[in-house]
Amino acid sequence: MSAIDTQPQTPVVVDNYLNHTKGVLSWALTLDHKRIGVMYTISVLLSFFLGGMFALLVRTELIAPGEGFLTQDQYNQAFSLHGAIMVFLVIIPSVPAALGNFIMPIMLGAKDVAFPRLNLFSYYLWVFGAIFFVVAMFTGSLDTGWTFYTPYSIDTDSAMSGVIPALTGAFILGFSSIFTGMNFIVTIHRLRPPGMTWFRMPLFLWAIYATALIQVLATPVLGITLLLLIMERAFGIGIFNPALGGDPVLYQHFFWFYSHPAVYIMILPGMGIISELIAVHSHKHICGYKFIAFSSVAIAIFGFLVWGHHMFVSGQSPLLNAIFSAITFSVSIPSAVKMFNWLATLYKGSISLNTPMLYALSFMFIFAIGGLTGLHLGTLATDVHLHDTYFVVAHFHYVMMGSALIAMIGGLHHWWPKITGKMYNENLGRLGCILVFVGFNTTFLPQFVLGSQGMPRRYHDYSNFLPEQVELYATYHMWSSIGSYIMAVGFFLTAGYLIHSLFAGRRAPANPWGGRSLEWQCASPPPYDNFAVTPSVGDCYDFSVLEWDEKEQGYRINEEARRKQAYPGEVADRSGAEKLDGD
Amino acid sequence: MAHDAEHHDHPDHLAHHFDTPKQQFEAGKLGMWLFIATEILLFGGLFVGYSVWRGNHPELFEYSSHFLDTTMGGINTAVLIASSLTMAAAVTVAQRNDPVKQDKRPILILLLVLTLCGAAGFMVIKYFEWTHKFAEGWYPGVKYYEKPSDKSHTWDSHAGVIGVEMTTIDTVDGAPTRGDLGLPDTVTVELPAAAPVAVAPDHFLADKLAAVYGNDDAAHAGDPHGADVTTHDAKHDEHEQTHPLQDPHRPRDAHIFFNIYYMMTGLHGIHVIIGGIVITWLLIKSFRGQFHRDYFTPVDLGGLYWHVVDLIWIFLFPLFYLIH
Amino acid sequence: MADNEHNPLHAHDDHGHGVGHIVPIKLLVVVGVVLLILTWITVAATYFDLGDGNIYIALAIAVIKASLVALFFMHLRWDRPFNGFIFVGSIAFVALFIAFALTDSSQYQPDIKEYRITSDLKGGDSVDAQKKLEETAAQLQTDAPSAE
Repeated sequence: MSAIDTQPQTPVVVDNYLNHTKGVLSWALTLDHKRIGVMYTISVLLSFFLGGMFALLVRTELIAPGEGFLTQDQYNQAFSLHGAIMVFLVIIPSVPAALGNFIMPIMLGAKDVAFPRLNLFSYYLWVFGAIFFVVAMFTGSLDTGWTFYTPYSIDTDSAMSGVIPALTGAFILGFSSIFTGMNFIVTIHRLRPPGMTWFRMPLFLWAIYATALIQVLATPVLGITLLLLIMERAFGIGIFNPALGGDPVLYQHFFWFYSHPAVYIMILPGMGIISELIAVHSHKHICGYKFIAFSSVAIAIFGFLVWGHHMFVSGQSPLLNAIFSAITFSVSIPSAVKMFNWLATLYKGSISLNTPMLYALSFMFIFAIGGLTGLHLGTLATDVHLHDTYFVVAHFHYVMMGSALIAMIGGLHHWWPKITGKMYNENLGRLGCILVFVGFNTTFLPQFVLGSQGMPRRYHDYSNFLPEQVELYATYHMWSSIGSYIMAVGFFLTAGYLIHSLFAGRRAPANPWGGRSLEWQCASPPPYDNFAVTPSVGDCYDFSVLEWDEKEQGYRINEEARRKQAYPGEVADRSGAEKLDGD
Repeated sequence: MAHDAEHHDHPDHLAHHFDTPKQQFEAGKLGMWLFIATEILLFGGLFVGYSVWRGNHPELFEYSSHFLDTTMGGINTAVLIASSLTMAAAVTVAQRNDPVKQDKRPILILLLVLTLCGAAGFMVIKYFEWTHKFAEGWYPGVKYYEKPSDKSHTWDSHAGVIGVEMTTIDTVDGAPTRGDLGLPDTVTVELPAAAPVAVAPDHFLADKLAAVYGNDDAAHAGDPHGADVTTHDAKHDEHEQTHPLQDPHRPRDAHIFFNIYYMMTGLHGIHVIIGGIVITWLLIKSFRGQFHRDYFTPVDLGGLYWHVVDLIWIFLFPLFYLIH
Repeated sequence: MADNEHNPLHAHDDHGHGVGHIVPIKLLVVVGVVLLILTWITVAATYFDLGDGNIYIALAIAVIKASLVALFFMHLRWDRPFNGFIFVGSIAFVALFIAFALTDSSQYQPDIKEYRITSDLKGGDSVDAQKKLEETAAQLQTDAPSAE
């Protein structure tokens, strides 16, 4: 074995993945996972901008009771588009396909994903599906909501031209997701370099792996569901249409068999990112590595057993309601395992309050609320009261937006130096994070109150409710809308300094934060093949071997300490870090 | 390790990001198995639909299954098993082919051609089965509930297809009724004018359909001419027994069986066609002598896909054809 | 995956016989014949009326056939266990889906039956097709808004 843990490279313009080849085609037809990851990231962020605009439209419409500047139909379309874009085009691909594509193979020590062509193919499937989907929703004035419940989605006339194209678009997006998942599972199984045992993998990889399992096992069911619905609408096969003797509740089973696990496709990679951020920025070995790793897999599996909790009030039998309610509570166990381990990692760590760390702390705060309110909704009796109110809206925004997306933005800041080779302005970054955090809570905390007071979701106007209700709702809605503007300012600021850093940012060192996993051992931005030599691996959370390099303004590995750690010999230096797991 | 990597010959078929052909082969194999898992779950959804209907309404299956031709299904099963066997043999032969001498190439080509014949044979038999079902009136989807909703429609003369050989599937007819229904245009079936038979619609379903798909059509259906036909047609007692819609023993929702049948065999048929394309591609590469004991991954993976097609049919056959 | 296996002397093994298991043609033919015989048996079994037993026999034979295909034609017998695990795992997920969906739908079937009986009664005498049609249509029209 030759020496692997290379020192940070010297500050000259070296060959990297960005300047390896030039021209538009060299990007459009690239098989390099890093370039595909960058293309995904840009596409996802553009979709995020689009979805965010629709969110602002919705919030502005609701700022005061009475008919605002949107008509009912426009409002319906705005929130349908907001939801569909955010779920299918932003959150689902954001971490696995965008960041994961870039980071995962480098973290693993591989040169690329297992099937680079398939990877590019799934990117183009995504682009094609995305365009198809958005255009169909715009032109067809889709009003079924993203769930396409039957029989409305079969009968509705207003969406005559929209339903089938939108279903087709979602079908294509699903296949893109399946191929990414397959690719990642094979990469993690077969491309681990020597020394990278399962229990030396960074926890982000465990999370990505668990996510990929769900993508592979759940998404095909979405495929067949959409196919059946297309057939139902086009030919009237009668399986889901009660007018033809079909069973609409069966449709809901089909839909949620995918769409509930899909929730974990969204949150699991976010949790993986947080495990990295907390450990690296606390400069302390992650606590309970195996617990966090297995809890990811446990969440993936439990996630398949709880889909019925979406159907408590829509025709599911009482027996199944009870069963699904009971199983739903069990999902909170692995989630709590993660939370406690993160907290324990923070304890007595030397915490750097960098932007990524602030996002990680925001995540923990928001996810705690989002997760715990889920228990209210999993309880049968309270769910009957809270179903289809703003309580549900607030709950899933706390999980989807406040957790999954905040984690994604945090991860973007964490790996931004690695991806672009540039440092952003740290103070602006912190300010942006605080604005987003404050804005987020101002937006969605009032919605818990709104919901528990009975404000139904999806309403364009509530001015004909009881006067005292209107008064109450108006206050909370106003605060909620103001919060959304604060959040928007935070995001625009973030976009601003990140783009600015591309042109004027300080050159990033190989390891600005003091990370120990493999991606911090190659240059920023990484060279074309990631590693000149297949690297060997140590404990990716043992930060004791790192030292600050003043000249580089980054961390580097102290070779002597590393050797001592790798070959302890008579010097039993086991202080601090846990010993390697799977040797 | 680094030393080894340099001396390791990096053949053309070994992608740059793999260290050894073994690693590449196993990655491909794992990828294929994951893909197979997605295929199983894709069909799994349809099996769920099947189980729910069969579990709750076994009478539909007991009744409708008799309309399927067990002999044809059995022959198709045998055809698929045989082609699976030739495909498996093709993998073995490819694994034994010498890269230079190409001694096994002719056998490999022969086996792949046989497999392709199996795929084609299966689809031909399937085609006859489906068209036969159509001729008996078991159309998929709403066409099944076609009824005399428009006077100008040729219903009185030959709308029924009872016991008459279907001759041609002719033109796409933009009949206004279909437009009213908001459904795609239908395919008219041209029949000899000598078959003046009419079909009673499935009252219950047709009526509900009319109501659901809009007032216009309901009005049409309520039109006295339509009613005329239904009463008038009761006199055609000879044909009544043969046409599924007129069988008094036909359980309500019998069409669901056929729609599940069409969905499952249809999706399976699409997979057979894709399998045929894959085998053709393998055949072209085999002609060029590209498969040999050092490189046979595509044959192996294509074979796995083809066996999955066989596997699914192994379940479809008893589940649809062998119900008593 | 241990790298010391990759010494140049054995490199050839790696390319050829080391990769993938070669299944003898004879064995494949035997399996193929067994599969055809099983097909014949499963068809023959339908001529005996065993009540509910028929479907279990048919399914058992199908499972045996599928296992033979997977183990021998698809090389699973010699393959890495994880590939087999994926295969069995995916089937387990389908089984899970079936179990929940079937349990639920069988629970609410009585409600559907009840609804159908009442709605059929409202549909009137089936001899009078016209009247029944109008009433059903009216019924569905009034029901429609609440369905949303």
